[in-house]
Amino acid sequence: MNIYVLLKRTFDTEERITISGGRINEDGAEFIINPYDEYAVEEAIQVRDEHGGEVTVVTVGGEDAEKQLRTALAMGADKAVLINIEDDLDVTDQYTTAKIIATYLGDKEPDLILAGNVAIDNGTGQVGPRVADLLGIPYITTITDLKIDGDKVTVVKDVEGDEETIETTLPLLVTAQQGLNEPRYPSLPGIMKAKKKPLDELELDDLDLDEDDVEAKTKTIEVFLPPAKSAGKVLEGELDDQVKELVSLLHNEAKVI
Amino acid sequence: MGRKVLVLAELKDNKLRNVSFEAIAAAKTIAEGGEVVSLLLGESVESLANELVQYGADRVVVVEDEKLAQYSSDGFSQAVLAVVEEEDPEAIVFGHTALGKDLSPKVASKLDAGLVSDVVDVEVTGGNVVFTRPIYSGKAFEKKIVTDGLIFVTVRPNNIPALEKDESRTGDVSKVDVEIKDLRTIIKEVVKKTSEGVDLSEAKVVVAGGRGLKSAEGFKLLDELAEVLGGAVGASRGACDAGYCDYSLQIGQTGKVVTPDLYIAVGISGAIQHLAGMSNSKVIVAINKDPEANIFKIADYGIVGDLFEVVPKLTEELKKLKVNA
Ligand SMILES: Cc1cc2nc3c(=O)[nH]c(=O)nc-3n(C[C@H](O)[C@H](O)[C@H](O)COP(=O)(O)OP(=O)(O)OC[C@H]3O[C@@H](n4cnc5c(N)ncnc54)[C@H](O)[C@@H]3O)c2cc1C
Ligand SMILES: Cc1cc2nc3c(=O)[nH]c(=O)nc-3n(C[C@H](O)[C@H](O)[C@H](O)COP(=O)(O)OP(=O)(O)OC[C@H]3O[C@@H](n4cnc5c(N)ncnc54)[C@H](O)[C@@H]3O)c2cc1C
Repeated sequence: MNIYVLLKRTFDTEERITISGGRINEDGAEFIINPYDEYAVEEAIQVRDEHGGEVTVVTVGGEDAEKQLRTALAMGADKAVLINIEDDLDVTDQYTTAKIIATYLGDKEPDLILAGNVAIDNGTGQVGPRVADLLGIPYITTITDLKIDGDKVTVVKDVEGDEETIETTLPLLVTAQQGLNEPRYPSLPGIMKAKKKPLDELELDDLDLDEDDVEAKTKTIEVFLPPAKSAGKVLEGELDDQVKELVSLLHNEAKVI
Repeated sequence: MGRKVLVLAELKDNKLRNVSFEAIAAAKTIAEGGEVVSLLLGESVESLANELVQYGADRVVVVEDEKLAQYSSDGFSQAVLAVVEEEDPEAIVFGHTALGKDLSPKVASKLDAGLVSDVVDVEVTGGNVVFTRPIYSGKAFEKKIVTDGLIFVTVRPNNIPALEKDESRTGDVSKVDVEIKDLRTIIKEVVKKTSEGVDLSEAKVVVAGGRGLKSAEGFKLLDELAEVLGGAVGASRGACDAGYCDYSLQIGQTGKVVTPDLYIAVGISGAIQHLAGMSNSKVIVAINKDPEANIFKIADYGIVGDLFEVVPKLTEELKKLKVNA
């Protein structure tokens, strides 16, 4: 089976966020594989181990994303592709990213594409469904279970807590929700092997794309932090009095009850 | 002047969801005096159209088909695209719900359009329609504009206030026939886990419990507290994983995103993935025995103590308030 994983390198949002020069300050910040994409990588490896085939991990980004791609290779993916747009594009959006990925995948005849349900930094969840649409294949988002039997696929989809069991066929794109699996940690031998696995680097030129073909349709004009919350009030004294005070504050000061 | 805006209405248990009315309010701002057309899809839904008018839609287009009884991206996108073709709107608004998140990227892709997802505020300044949306798990915000073509956005529930319902408003309701075909994904079974009662993502008060509640039995403490407050019960991932409650109650990055007036976090530590789902709440109360717990960093009011003592007392005190009111 010809399996692709869409992997995004993301800012670790557990980190403290600061802004400099109108942008999120990335200096010294920790970057990770988008957590939902780890589920996608894990699932891809499991599907390959069961049904045979090859797992290719694809990232649109810059040179720095090599690290996350190597990690996916160390987990067990077979090949990685970095579509490096650093030099070509300043402004990109989900339209851009999806079009680049779909162009790359256009002649690859994927059977199964796995993406994350959402990227934790930009957080739109658009890229997966957009890529599926551009490739003309069906998609199912936020899945928590995947079973493949020949061309027939059965998935469980999380819909705001309800569970839908859905049948469809390959080729297919799915996006991973938490609960799909427990991503493995790269093993030491895995890390050694990953160094020798192929990591190809492409640019827009290699895909016969011009900057104009993928020009973003939206633009960020400002980034800001929420107004600093004045330190919350931790109540003191006898518990009974604290509870009375809380009710009074909610009623008279915050006026929410 | 003014823009024509198409707004997708959304149903839950055969009733219009609040977010549909909020989306109409957002559409009014975007329209700048232009026409707001609401789109209603389903098997037999025409009778609901009037309520959309009462909440501010100028007109409603209804597409009825048995294949639209359940959501599918193929079926719904065919209906939306047929109406877009006929109406030729300059802007489209969906709710940022499970349905809206799943459908909007496909429709945007088909229309070769950009899409601004998860919008919490809309304003018109200097001729631009500017959208505010949370980024970095809610730790920051960005303002976005559409630079090319159609304006297409999804709005986060409970952030943009709906307009006052006006029962005297009238508007045209028309039906459009669309041939829905070639559904490639078929829903075989739906296991409903969401409880009846207040819809968590639209509740004005949410009482949420975490691993600190220790058991499913303990978790029931929250039911009574939520009841006096007329609110809904939610949970952290920790509580769901431990089996104290159902996953449908989960709040956070992988669960529901809520923005109530009052959020009471009970025995929840405040992990970033949890905060991503509730940090925009207007007033946050934390009850936790650990004074260092992260949840206190974003709480407006905190009680450091044993929740098994605090919650019953709080419930009692609120009952008194209710009796006196
Ligand atoms: C050089 C550069 C410049 C940028 N400039 C801007 C800018 O000006 N404004 C702006 O808003 N954003 C900018 N970005 C970010 C980028 O446009 C978006 O983050 C990207 O389009 C993904 O959108 P998202 O975060 O909403 O992902 P989502 O749609 O939430 O991601 C869902 C899933 O899609 C897949 N996916 C997403 N992105 C990628 C990717 N890059 N490669 C492979 N798979 C992916 C993953 O599986 C992910 O889990 C820039 C990025 C780069 C590298
Ligand atoms: C990709 C990913 C996605 C995730 N998505 C989500 C999500 O959507 N939502 C979510 O919630 N989490 C999510 N998580 C999990 C998250 O990281 C935390 O593990 C989880 O939120 C912890 O739940 P908790 O606060 O209930 O448990 P804990 O962190 O164990 O906290 C329990 C708290 O209860 C307090 N406590 C204990 N006993 C008492 C008592 N008697 N009285 C008062 N206080 C007491 C403790 O002091 C502690 O602070 C996600 C994680 C990952 C990796």
